Amino acid sequence: MNILEWSFLSGVLTATAPVLLAALGGLICQVAGVFNIALEGQLLWGAFTAVVVSDLTGSAWAGVAGAAVATLLFAGLLSAAAVSLRADPIVVAVGLNLLALGLTAFLMRQIFGSGGTYTSPDLAGLPTLAELGLDVPVLGPQSPLVPVALLLVVAAAWWLGRTRSGLRARGVGQHAEAAAAVGLRVGGYRHGVTLAAGVLCGLAGAQLALGNVTLFSEGMSAGRGWIAVVAVMLSGVRPYRLLLACLLFGIAEAVGFRLQGAGLPQQAADAAPYVITLVALVLAAVAGRRRRENA
Amino acid sequence: MTEPPAAFAAELVGVSKRFGPVLANDGIDLAVARGEVHAVVGENGAGKSTLMSILYGLHRPDAGHVLRAGRRVRLRSPADAIRHGLGMVHQRFRLFPGLTVAENIVIGAEPVRGGRLDHTAAHRAVTALADRYGLRADPSALVGDLPVGVRQRVEILRALYRQAEVLILDEPTAVLTPGEADRLFEVLRTVAATGVAILLVTHKLTEVLAASDQVTVLRQGRVTGRFTTAGTDAGELVHAMIGRSLTPPAPRRARPPEGDPALDVRDLTVRDADGVARLSGVSFTVRPGEIVGIAGVAGSGQRELIDSVTGLRGGTDGVLLDGTPVRPGRDPRVAYIPEDRHGRATAPDMSLAENLLMGGQRTLATRFGLPRAAVRSRGRELVERFAINTASVDLPIAALSGGNAQKAVLARELTRPSRVIVAEEPTQGVDVGVRERVHALLIAARDQGAAVLLQSSELAELRELADRILVLFEGRTVAEFGPDAAEAELGQAMTGVRG
Repeated sequence: MNILEWSFLSGVLTATAPVLLAALGGLICQVAGVFNIALEGQLLWGAFTAVVVSDLTGSAWAGVAGAAVATLLFAGLLSAAAVSLRADPIVVAVGLNLLALGLTAFLMRQIFGSGGTYTSPDLAGLPTLAELGLDVPVLGPQSPLVPVALLLVVAAAWWLGRTRSGLRARGVGQHAEAAAAVGLRVGGYRHGVTLAAGVLCGLAGAQLALGNVTLFSEGMSAGRGWIAVVAVMLSGVRPYRLLLACLLFGIAEAVGFRLQGAGLPQQAADAAPYVITLVALVLAAVAGRRRRENA
Repeated sequence: MTEPPAAFAAELVGVSKRFGPVLANDGIDLAVARGEVHAVVGENGAGKSTLMSILYGLHRPDAGHVLRAGRRVRLRSPADAIRHGLGMVHQRFRLFPGLTVAENIVIGAEPVRGGRLDHTAAHRAVTALADRYGLRADPSALVGDLPVGVRQRVEILRALYRQAEVLILDEPTAVLTPGEADRLFEVLRTVAATGVAILLVTHKLTEVLAASDQVTVLRQGRVTGRFTTAGTDAGELVHAMIGRSLTPPAPRRARPPEGDPALDVRDLTVRDADGVARLSGVSFTVRPGEIVGIAGVAGSGQRELIDSVTGLRGGTDGVLLDGTPVRPGRDPRVAYIPEDRHGRATAPDMSLAENLLMGGQRTLATRFGLPRAAVRSRGRELVERFAINTASVDLPIAALSGGNAQKAVLARELTRPSRVIVAEEPTQGVDVGVRERVHALLIAARDQGAAVLLQSSELAELRELADRILVLFEGRTVAEFGPDAAEAELGQAMTGVRG
């Protein structure tokens, strides 16, 4: 029973990590007033580029770095269009999400010669912490990116509350005109968070394709980027609440996985995390409104 | 110091700025000395805001330049302006509602220790400044929770924290109660006494006379007068501002209002979502040919009363128009001049012609649609009749100055076939010329038999226009005065002091 529980918790963390990394990107964008709904596309792009680089070099860490850089460049499209050219970020983000879906499917055929799912013995997955000599329960079977994701939550909270640039980013997000009036470079902060979110989504994609599994399949982000967007909105832009919201999704996915083992049809198990997250979102929104009305 | 001691703290020399066809500033010279409160007055659209924006680095002049302590400076952004010791308190506050008072003040120049924000030092600095200038504000309070008067203090403190030696205040009293405004002027005196030069942009002459040392008057982008406050008076300033003297107000009509009440409010009680009574048992009538004024400190139930009378709060038996209950959702029998000019009164992005038509579209509609030509020509007719100053009726109404937008709202509402007129702060944020025009229009409507309900936070306006003044306090009508009531009496009733 003990083993079962540890492995359940471990499954929760595995499911949480990619969503959490992407959601952290969304959170810092939200802080500075960029409504970033391109997380889904960036996550998918990150997963694809991680697999390509890992496959070419045979190094999972090169895959992680490649995904971070490639997704940073991808996010550059968003920051250039939405921040520099002042296009509507929602429209740009929708375009990027569609671009990622089509471009990964296309490039997959060009590079790997077939669509669907790609995996290969040449494709190096991320090592587990256990393999790296840190054999502890729950974290042991995880890739190093999982504790990184958890530490980044703490780092994000510290950055927002304790540093000068965090304060300024919050100011930029709350009232851009006011920020300009006190001499802050609004565009600079917005470029910064958008690009940083790209790096985080790259890590999220690498974790998804090289940590959770070791393969790429078309559309493998499967809505996790959207769940991340929801988590950002649910969090009220607070990192620890964001962690809770992402954990909720992770738990739901792990439970769905278990239920599938217990005979639940796969489609229902696949849908479970999204249904549970959606219900929780609605309940939280209702509760939040009650609280505000009573205040 | 190399600078000559006689140099002005800040000087604008021959500044011109053109926006498209409009010459907003035309060769303006303006100089303000250390320790001086210098008022910049003019009508809406006279070029005051543009001039101050140039001084704060928000706009760049087409010609002319800025001197700071006798030296020429280039101001390309607010950051440049701040670096040169210029500070600005904006009319629409540039504050962050979700940050604390201390964070709002230090942002952009935060004390840092060991790579992290030094909150303790920030609080200490804010408290020290607050004590020095008598501007009390709790450093750890969230700005979003503060009343506007305190928010303004935060803006002033921010400028002082950034070591502003020239402080620009753009219409600072527009959002303040009379008491808060007096308090602000005291603060400005204290600040000026430390050697800071203060530029006070306003169109309220009483403030100019009460608070300034020097006055520069602008009209249509040019300087039309420079005065020493002690040596001038309101008449002279008005003449420089609008190029003529004000016509004396029309004599109050001797004939009393007559007939059955057009508006009858009976025992009206309004509760908010939490069941708290915002209005309790309010009763009064307005007869045709009568202006009834509503006075009260903000939040005494004015909003609820007006929303009930216009039908915006839904139908109620407590409000009768010509004997029948008000219909829910903007009863067409009421003409309504809302306070919120670009929220309730107009659709800011739609054209002037369209805004002038709203609510009256059925009169122009054909079976197949709304002929644009008819909409425009009706717009042009009203522009002509109400002397609205605009390049075209196709401009979005948000592009008009506040006074002209307000004239458009009056044009639309006063041409409705309505016997009841509800006017809410009808002259807020407009200059003396437009104010005079608005008053004349309301009086003309009254003389033609309209029943007017006038809500205003300006007691002078109520005393000038109203035949009777009702005072609201905590949702009740606590007193009724004639037009010759003293301001002190009204003020006491407004604050709940029983006379």
